Amino acid sequence: MSTISNGYILNEISEQFPDSVIDSLESYGMLSIEVKANDIIAILSFLKTHPQIQMNFLTDVCGIHYPDQIGKELGVVYHLHSFTNNVRLRLKCFVPSEKPEIHTITSVFEAANWQERETFDFYGIEFVGHPNLTRILNVDEMDYFPLRKEYPLEDQTRTDKDDSYFGR
Amino acid sequence: MEKIETSYDYKPEFTQLNLGPTHPATHGIFQNILTMDGEIIVNAEQTVGYIHRAFEKIAEKRPYYQVTPLTDRLNYCSSPINNMGWHMTVEKLLGVETPKRVDYMRIIIMELARIADHLICNSVIGVDVGALTGFTYVFQWREKIYDIYEEICGARLTTNIGRIGGLERDFSPACLKKIKEFIAEFPAALIEFTNLLERNRIFMDRTIGAGPISVDRALAYGFTGPNLRAAGLDYDVRVMNPYSSYQDFDFVIPIGTQGDTYDRFMVRQQEMWESLKIVKQAFENLPEGKFFADVPDFFLPPKEEVYHNMEALIFHFKIVMGEADVPVGEVYHAVEGGNGELGYYLVSDGGRAAYRLHFRRPCFIYYQAYPEMIKGSTLSDAIVTMSSMNVIAGELDA
Repeated sequence: MSTISNGYILNEISEQFPDSVIDSLESYGMLSIEVKANDIIAILSFLKTHPQIQMNFLTDVCGIHYPDQIGKELGVVYHLHSFTNNVRLRLKCFVPSEKPEIHTITSVFEAANWQERETFDFYGIEFVGHPNLTRILNVDEMDYFPLRKEYPLEDQTRTDKDDSYFGR
Repeated sequence: MEKIETSYDYKPEFTQLNLGPTHPATHGIFQNILTMDGEIIVNAEQTVGYIHRAFEKIAEKRPYYQVTPLTDRLNYCSSPINNMGWHMTVEKLLGVETPKRVDYMRIIIMELARIADHLICNSVIGVDVGALTGFTYVFQWREKIYDIYEEICGARLTTNIGRIGGLERDFSPACLKKIKEFIAEFPAALIEFTNLLERNRIFMDRTIGAGPISVDRALAYGFTGPNLRAAGLDYDVRVMNPYSSYQDFDFVIPIGTQGDTYDRFMVRQQEMWESLKIVKQAFENLPEGKFFADVPDFFLPPKEEVYHNMEALIFHFKIVMGEADVPVGEVYHAVEGGNGELGYYLVSDGGRAAYRLHFRRPCFIYYQAYPEMIKGSTLSDAIVTMSSMNVIAGELDA
């Protein structure tokens, strides 16, 4: 079993897609790269077919919402895993909440199908080209995206609970 | 010869059949709208989300220790694995080193949970092909595992077992006795269960070739756990990314070749033996030491100290009110759950609760392959395929 370092992966991506890598960070042993949303398919295919890196397994796709990052409010986080090298990698793409569109990666990893539907369901991120982009866990009639930060969990009209007593 | 005129003109006529949402053979609430040509399934359309409980949203409001009960309700056949996975995720974020004893105790609990999970799954395959005996028989052994949980944490199904940093209490003498008894007595029961089904002609005829998936398709669909191993790839998080000192143990990863129902059954059967081996090793080599790590910010001090010691009282208050400080950062931690890689993606902004917590639920990811696996097969094969995939509604819908 060969192992490759996170630095090598970052180098390969930066060389191939010099304009695409926005930011990178290695934390808790996992490399996390922020890339441009437009290039996600190209980067994933590159990583999957790269003879050394071989990121052949899509572990997870999920959304994240940072309402304060103007122009980059909504994010999609991809977790990849290379079984041959036993290296994990996290890719992040951010899209503006006015036009939350990113290309679907179902053509590269079929496992993304439901995970993208889930991300759409909870964050309203439109996956362009997705074969069946409908709500999956919530009811079809729902007209908002519940995991966005503007929808607080508790009923805000309640007056009997003062947050300051609860350290919030 | 006179030609016989016939008005018979074959046109395929499809029937819509609702398999679920509340169907006794789906073992959970999910719907499949099947298009049937006679007895053959032409197409399947899945509806999931019937027991969605918004755990990810709830987790954004609750302090870390209050997320554990949510994880219980993911794969409720093996809740302790989910609990431990979550504790380890937070420990990874905090950078906590757990003592060896904690690791070994956790491994005993997790492997017992895996046995309980696989027992249910495998015996239910038997039920779905008409063999109820095995199911009623192994349920007693699941009971015994639940008795062990009860000795450790007081709960049985939704265990909320352990704490961030360790376990809430050390194994009691009664608990150690029960684990010892289980290790000694379970093999005979498992052999009996094996004899009931493994080489049973009817069972083999019903399950061999039912709902197969190739390893390439399984990988494309994000399969993990016993289902991926049944297809022929030996990916196991316990070996690939060892956590909780799994590297200290000697066990093998059983794999199948066909990826069909029988292989999935056999992989789970073998995994139970391997789990038992691990439990035995951990039990025999259980190190001395503390049953918790040094994380006063997360691990509750003993109650008697809280009454007499100022520092303990402060920590107790901080923990209960969820005031403990956490570093800013993001971690992904995966454990080998009952049916695959159970991952926790935790983003912390330093606040009392997670900024974002995503559960990578193996069921949710591999269940999308179900239509492809049952197309062209009969309804009865579709039923055993579903039970052999071990789709747990709680994990599917989070």
